[in-house]
Amino acid sequence: MKQIDIVIIGGGPAGLAAAISARDSGVKSILILERDKELGGILNQCIHNGFGLHTFKEELTGPEYAQRFEDQLHARKIDYMLSTMVMEISPDKVVTAMNRTEGLFQIRAKAIVLAMGCRERPRGALNIPGSRPAGIYSAGTAQRLVNMEGFLPGREVVILGSGDIGLIMARRMTLEGARVKVVAELQPYSGGLKRNIVQCLDDYGIPLKLSHTVVDIHGRERLEGVTLAQVDEHLKPIPGTEEFYSCDTLLLSVGLIPENELSASMGVRMNPITSGPLVNESLETNIEGVFACGNVLHVHDLVDFVSEEAKAAGKHAAQYVQGDRQPPGHAVELAAANGVRYTVPSRLDVDRMENLVTVRFRVGQVFQDCYISVYFDNQRVQHLKKRALAPGEMEEVTLKKEILSQYPDLHTITFKVEKG
Amino acid sequence: MYDVIIIGSGVSGAAAARELSRYRVKACVLEKEEDVCSGTSKANSAIIHAGFDAASGSLMAKLNVEGNRMLPGLSKELDFPFEMCGSLVVCLDQDGLPALEALRDRGIANGVTGLELITDRNRIREMEPNLTETVVAVLYAPTAGIVCPFGMNIALAENACTNGVEFQFNTEVQSIRKTEGGWALETNQGPFETRVVVNAAGVYADRFHNMVSEKKIHITPRKGEYCLLDKSAGQHVNHTIFALPDKLGKGVLVTRTIHGNLLVGPTATDIEDKDSTSTTREGLDQLIAKAGKNVDRLPMRQVITSFAGLRAHEDGHEFIIEELADAPGFVDCAGIESPGLTSCPAVGKRVAEIVRSILSLEPDPDFVGTRKGILDPKTLSMEEHAALIREKPAYGTILCRCEMISEGEILDAIHRPLGAKSLDGVKRRTRAGMGRCQAGFCSPRTMEILHRELGIPVTELTKFGGGSRLVAGTNKDML
Repeated sequence: MKQIDIVIIGGGPAGLAAAISARDSGVKSILILERDKELGGILNQCIHNGFGLHTFKEELTGPEYAQRFEDQLHARKIDYMLSTMVMEISPDKVVTAMNRTEGLFQIRAKAIVLAMGCRERPRGALNIPGSRPAGIYSAGTAQRLVNMEGFLPGREVVILGSGDIGLIMARRMTLEGARVKVVAELQPYSGGLKRNIVQCLDDYGIPLKLSHTVVDIHGRERLEGVTLAQVDEHLKPIPGTEEFYSCDTLLLSVGLIPENELSASMGVRMNPITSGPLVNESLETNIEGVFACGNVLHVHDLVDFVSEEAKAAGKHAAQYVQGDRQPPGHAVELAAANGVRYTVPSRLDVDRMENLVTVRFRVGQVFQDCYISVYFDNQRVQHLKKRALAPGEMEEVTLKKEILSQYPDLHTITFKVEKG
Repeated sequence: MYDVIIIGSGVSGAAAARELSRYRVKACVLEKEEDVCSGTSKANSAIIHAGFDAASGSLMAKLNVEGNRMLPGLSKELDFPFEMCGSLVVCLDQDGLPALEALRDRGIANGVTGLELITDRNRIREMEPNLTETVVAVLYAPTAGIVCPFGMNIALAENACTNGVEFQFNTEVQSIRKTEGGWALETNQGPFETRVVVNAAGVYADRFHNMVSEKKIHITPRKGEYCLLDKSAGQHVNHTIFALPDKLGKGVLVTRTIHGNLLVGPTATDIEDKDSTSTTREGLDQLIAKAGKNVDRLPMRQVITSFAGLRAHEDGHEFIIEELADAPGFVDCAGIESPGLTSCPAVGKRVAEIVRSILSLEPDPDFVGTRKGILDPKTLSMEEHAALIREKPAYGTILCRCEMISEGEILDAIHRPLGAKSLDGVKRRTRAGMGRCQAGFCSPRTMEILHRELGIPVTELTKFGGGSRLVAGTNKDML
């Protein structure tokens, strides 16, 4: 059986950054397994700009952003296999994969970096009633059809969900000649970035209806229309507010789910809130030598942060295979409370952590003029003023090793939203 | 001039076609949709009933038990997925016991074997750990099972086709008229003539019956809504779990499916529209409320899709399988509601016997009773799988990530007899698009293959034929 030091599952932005960072940390034997026919993952269909502001200090399109990393990959002569599907990973890190040329094959890895990304929530997950005609697409599928295949899914469009892909697709469909009638959002706030609401909806006069959802779907063969209704504070449709929109296309942008079937089947423990693996300060899962980064770990807003996270995962994977790690030491739990939904990581080892560890998290609702507080057990040690917090924007707090080292009895670090 | 025209290619029509293909007969199936298994047969509980439900002495009871006995053999001959997982009828209070006993006694009278009334709670818990705490007894039917309804329907039709039965799709019968030697059918594709008509038109069977007979029948489409849960919930129950019918109705069942999902349903609502398979808010809410009565901790957040099917409920609640007294040469196969899926092998046999009695058919010595299904590489050993990909590299490309379906399987589905022409056609044959992402990822890829293999322009490709076009045009084509 072939032996590889680090096998990276997925050649999207997370996998690419992890591979480059692992190589730069001195690991020679690295292999990326990518299921699609090219590297870059979902970036290939994201032809809009806005990528790379943090990483490269300039605005790139998705394919351009991916190309920068691919160039670095090629310069380092890192191996990858395309059109290759990983079928199974055993708990002792034997990867079973297949493709057309190699057939079915197995690789024994010393370390694995999970970088499979995420998938879109389908209509069924919302249990929207109505008929089941053609013309209902998840926004990402429509994005692929339009941006990569050149086909227009429909001419009159309603979009449910104001996540970023939904907003971006409202603009794309408009530019390609479709009429986007409305974007409906179940929550009283948008799940997307503010800049996307302005640039993708407002600039094109597309109305955004907050606290609205699709309550019925009409049409037998091709979609003929949808019924929207307003929802109350419990997100239940309010009778009497129904409004019919004739349309031939319904795009759903109703959330992303980390794609962790492989991880779960190899025994990686999951966080039910993120649907991603539970990881420590090294982005290492409960299985030693198995790391996770990018959207498979938790869904990010910006690819720049995916790259940053993946870079850390690649470095830690390298340290693991090189045996260059501190022995386990002072372990601390990270907890989310009072409006904070989760934290990544969810535990850390003070002896093993680097000087700085970035803790990323999301809040569960919109907050105005509040604080993000960090408690070391019962003692508040950080109190950061925030004008606004929203579930659509990921937050981060940095923890310093030199400070944590001063708390030898520290058990739990809790992240909270606090008023005043 | 055909010997036999069968209207409808659901399980009943396909089973009848397959049984008739054992004989030297010029037969044709007319189907108004673009594929087989497009009506009631595609949207149901996908279970094989043991046979204790139907009234003793009824044709339903007889054909249910007979069909149940035929299924294990048939599934091997025609290579479709079937498993005898057994069913439990759950009784939640002592007052229900007499009804449970009555069900058992009726089953015994119907000829169901192996029925067992179990009151030992420890044993019940062992069999089904997630049953609700308050269960007092279950009726265990070991001969009940689960089946792939698409797989069975498609297998029957394919085998009939291989044995010489013609299939005409997108062909809707508009009128039927008696002629000298049989029947003249007007369709949207022109006229057809035949000596015998088999009316296996599901919810529309009353329409055709009533065109030729004075003794009218009436079929009500009885809508049943379902929720299908992710495979991660598939192990929640081991058997098909029925509620004991009470004065509030039949209750909903919870079952794992042959492919490892969990299925919850159906509701029962009589409607007018024979085409309406819409789900409703009320229906889905009712399912969620009722399903939890017998099974605890149902992970309803894991629903991946919901759907509705129509049962062809005839007023007399009985299968009508007979040559009409006032219309010789016209054979009804009507009112085939639950347990129709289970009964279909026996229904097909019975229809063939009736047709034989009219036409005195000779056995066809060239009849081939077996058929190979689409090869599922997951059933192969690692070495066999590797060899398959070496021989046919298309099996090395996975197109549907959720169900892990390869391009090789999709090509097989397109190019076999009565092959897939649409996205749903591929889905029902291979499961590509049936998984947790509900075709989000594989749709564009499958469309590309359909376009390439069948030469259909992408803008003409459909989800399920007719006007169900997948894309409206190309970028900027209207600007």
